[in-house]
Amino acid sequence: MSVEIAKHRELGLTDSEFELIREKLGREPNDVELAMFSLLWSEHCAYKHSRKLLGRLPTEGERVVMGPGENAGAVDVGNGYAVAFKVESHNHPSAVEPFEGAATGVGGILRDVFAIGARPIAILDSLRFGELDSARSRHLLDGAVRGIGHYGNSIGVATVGGEIYFEEPYEHNCLVNAMCIGLAKTEEMVRAAAAGVGNTVVLMGASTGRDGIGGASVLASAELGEGDEAKRPTVQIGDPFEESKVLECCLELLEKGLLVSLQDLGAAGLTSSAGEMASAGGVGIDLDVAKVPLREADMEPFEIMVSESQERMLAVVEPAKVPEVLALCEKWQTGSAEIGVVTDSGLIRILRGAEVVGEMPVEALVDGCPLYDLQPAEPASWIYGNADVLAERVRAAAGGDASPQDPAATLLALLAAPSIASKRWAFEQYDSVVGSRTVKRPEGADAAVLQLPEAGNAIAVSIDGNGRRVACEPHAGTIEAVLECAQNLACVGAEPLGLTNCLNFGNPEKPAPAWQLDRAVSGLAEACKALGVPVVGGNVSLYNEGPEGPIYPTPVVAMVGELPDPAQVAGSAFAREGDAIALFGPFSPTPHGSELTKLRGELAAGLPEPDVNAVAVACATVREAVRAGRVASAHDISDGGLAVALAESAIGAGFGCRADLQPLRERGCSPEEALFGEGTGGFLLSGARAELEAIGAVVLGEVGGETIEIAAGDHSLILPLAEAERAWRSLDERAEAVA
Amino acid sequence: MIWGVLQFPGSCDERDALHACELAAGEARLIWHESRDLDGVDAVVVPGGFSYGDYLRAGAVARFAPAMEAVAEMAAGGAPVLGICNGFQVLCEAGLLPGALLRNAELRFRCHQVELIAEGASSAELGGPEHPQLSSRSAFLAGIKPGERLSIPAKHGEGRYYAPDEMLDQLEANGQIAFRYADGHNSNGSQRDIAGVTNDAGNVLGLMPHPEHAVDPLTGSTDGLRLFRGAAAAVGEAAPA
Repeated sequence: MSVEIAKHRELGLTDSEFELIREKLGREPNDVELAMFSLLWSEHCAYKHSRKLLGRLPTEGERVVMGPGENAGAVDVGNGYAVAFKVESHNHPSAVEPFEGAATGVGGILRDVFAIGARPIAILDSLRFGELDSARSRHLLDGAVRGIGHYGNSIGVATVGGEIYFEEPYEHNCLVNAMCIGLAKTEEMVRAAAAGVGNTVVLMGASTGRDGIGGASVLASAELGEGDEAKRPTVQIGDPFEESKVLECCLELLEKGLLVSLQDLGAAGLTSSAGEMASAGGVGIDLDVAKVPLREADMEPFEIMVSESQERMLAVVEPAKVPEVLALCEKWQTGSAEIGVVTDSGLIRILRGAEVVGEMPVEALVDGCPLYDLQPAEPASWIYGNADVLAERVRAAAGGDASPQDPAATLLALLAAPSIASKRWAFEQYDSVVGSRTVKRPEGADAAVLQLPEAGNAIAVSIDGNGRRVACEPHAGTIEAVLECAQNLACVGAEPLGLTNCLNFGNPEKPAPAWQLDRAVSGLAEACKALGVPVVGGNVSLYNEGPEGPIYPTPVVAMVGELPDPAQVAGSAFAREGDAIALFGPFSPTPHGSELTKLRGELAAGLPEPDVNAVAVACATVREAVRAGRVASAHDISDGGLAVALAESAIGAGFGCRADLQPLRERGCSPEEALFGEGTGGFLLSGARAELEAIGAVVLGEVGGETIEIAAGDHSLILPLAEAERAWRSLDERAEAVA
Repeated sequence: MIWGVLQFPGSCDERDALHACELAAGEARLIWHESRDLDGVDAVVVPGGFSYGDYLRAGAVARFAPAMEAVAEMAAGGAPVLGICNGFQVLCEAGLLPGALLRNAELRFRCHQVELIAEGASSAELGGPEHPQLSSRSAFLAGIKPGERLSIPAKHGEGRYYAPDEMLDQLEANGQIAFRYADGHNSNGSQRDIAGVTNDAGNVLGLMPHPEHAVDPLTGSTDGLRLFRGAAAAVGEAAPA
């Protein structure tokens, strides 16, 4: 056996993939070429297990400006402006080193957005950790939140929303998905395709070091296991100050029309950015590694080509404009070097001075990776741990000996459940106001609302994905994630324009995760088609497994919507004492997959199939009512059911409430289901009684007093508002607990 | 009225400051950190952010910027200068304001709405022949009476105001405390709840909370706008007819 066989396996390539590379080159690949192929043929870059599935998603829409395949998707928001957005995962780096992993996750998604010429205006994050009573989870939570804050705060982009769930299956493999939203003049947006034979390739930003070597193949495309500390060198180190300079520099270069195309350096560094630019433009590129500014003098060509050093951008520039480009980089005190040239060879050629150290057809490198069919198989039974032990831990974390039979104690336990409790501890570590666009700060409304004075309107953004429910039934659970986003947007009066997603799943080469992925993508496609919302981009993160098995299948869905008047937005908190409280929408709660079921250790497979069309109709009604100022508050009924939604709206307002859940009893719900059951399609509204009745909402009670009083047959409860708030705010102290 | 807003590499809030100035009155322009030219500017804002990455120590590098030399000259001439958050840190590092800003007591960055209480004598009470062009109090405080409460966002990781006790006594005696945090709002551990101070002459003001982020009812409150309107009115009154 030759040495190369061992090496290609070490780099994550299969024997047959290695054979294919040999075939395409007509010879043995050298070390540089093998390193480059191993990265671009990794799951992270080639989507080799997911690309076939993603073809099911609807991507067309009249407001779509840029769709999948670009650095970020974009939708038209009027008046010549477009909003660009994308979500990307940085799960494995965060599991190994949470601060830098999360920080560079934010840095990477920011670069994706300004690479197309959009100024980043907001960040959202979707995070998943193991249960909060685990010291490892608190360590990862603390590091990830600090890392996100460090990067986003320092660069001056508001972090306006997000979500955090705590579930056992993320104990080893946490999820850190970061989303960035940018605003651009549509006509000034730029694509990543290299063009113009003879044009110069300029590398901008930070110098290139040995950090992050092999990140895409070694970290992102394999399961986590023992000895991951040894992988720390594959985690990149972020420098938000450098990114801030590169960002301002790139936007000024684009505004002055000095660039032909622009691409960020993310996973697989120069290899993927040069490869993708050449592939998209149908051209070749020659790169001279001797011209790349280095942090360490003795770096090998393969190291330079695969380094994932952060805060770097690659641009194609007409030769006549190069001096002006370099001068602007100098003004912004950021690096710049002419490292290559666009050719008509169809080859990526790597030079070191005059010596050719690598030469590969672009087509083979970028598009040559074989795409695999999944071998999905539905698992015979619930595959996740669900022992009484877990229920015991959750109950202990929720405040001790709450008897699950007493409804007031159950409500307190649910309010204190880490996935439901207020995330103030986290979001107050983020600058949510910079940029002067934030109309609704975190937890002020169901969706973040950003005003766009340039376009004369506002956008709303929501990010959602309840992995536990998707684990119960991937198809229905994913539909629910899309519907929850749509409901959140409706609550602030916004109409969906586009959707992006990050599919976080286990090892696709195993039958159960493959089945989950397959079913989830079908659900995503169905929901998007039914709502008429195009998918403008996405990201896939597979191999999310620890020694205990796969994570909950977690499609994180992010939706951007438009609202005409930022002054007509409903918050989630009740607004006035004396207002009526009403239930609206096709809401038929069940215990399946609910927080209550988790609390009791009774999770099992199965979820009712949501009625997408009925929910879509309800969303439209709520949206119009909010826009017309007919409701004073609107809150989507989600985790913990109607009782939790009532408590959240009351705590946010500082007023108590009285509600009788008889209307749900009439829909066939047991008292407990009416209180704590979960499902899609439910809105909790408040406002003038006549206005609520006029849109067909069912009045349940009214706002006022200092208690939360809910009538539900033999499960009626009264809870002092202050006590409910204490439980809901309890994460402030518990997240801080020292391991 | 022409405002100058400094821009360092790493500034974050300069566009918001520019917007707040223009909303109050007149025209506002960005001043690049390498420029020594503040020609024609009536008032200067040193904005928030992380100038030069705030590596080493917040504001420690920015104080050496050429633009800061020009700001020091303007300050010495009695022109109104406002430092917000990182700008406050820069002005302290430059010796244009007393004291220093240390890491928050809880060692975490925190972003939240805070209540401030205005302190000291109003400009009308302090204006006198020695400062004919303005009053001896910051023009930015011209429209705000002692004891008034302002609701403004704060967002920082290094906002704990510190000065030796004797210096704090002196600042209080001189009426140099501009704002204190209201009860329960001093989340960074600042000494004596101090949120903002002026220099001895009164024309240079620094504070940690962000008045430029409180100029629009849609994004929270408009209390911050009162600082910019106050300065515009004071400068307008002082300008030759």
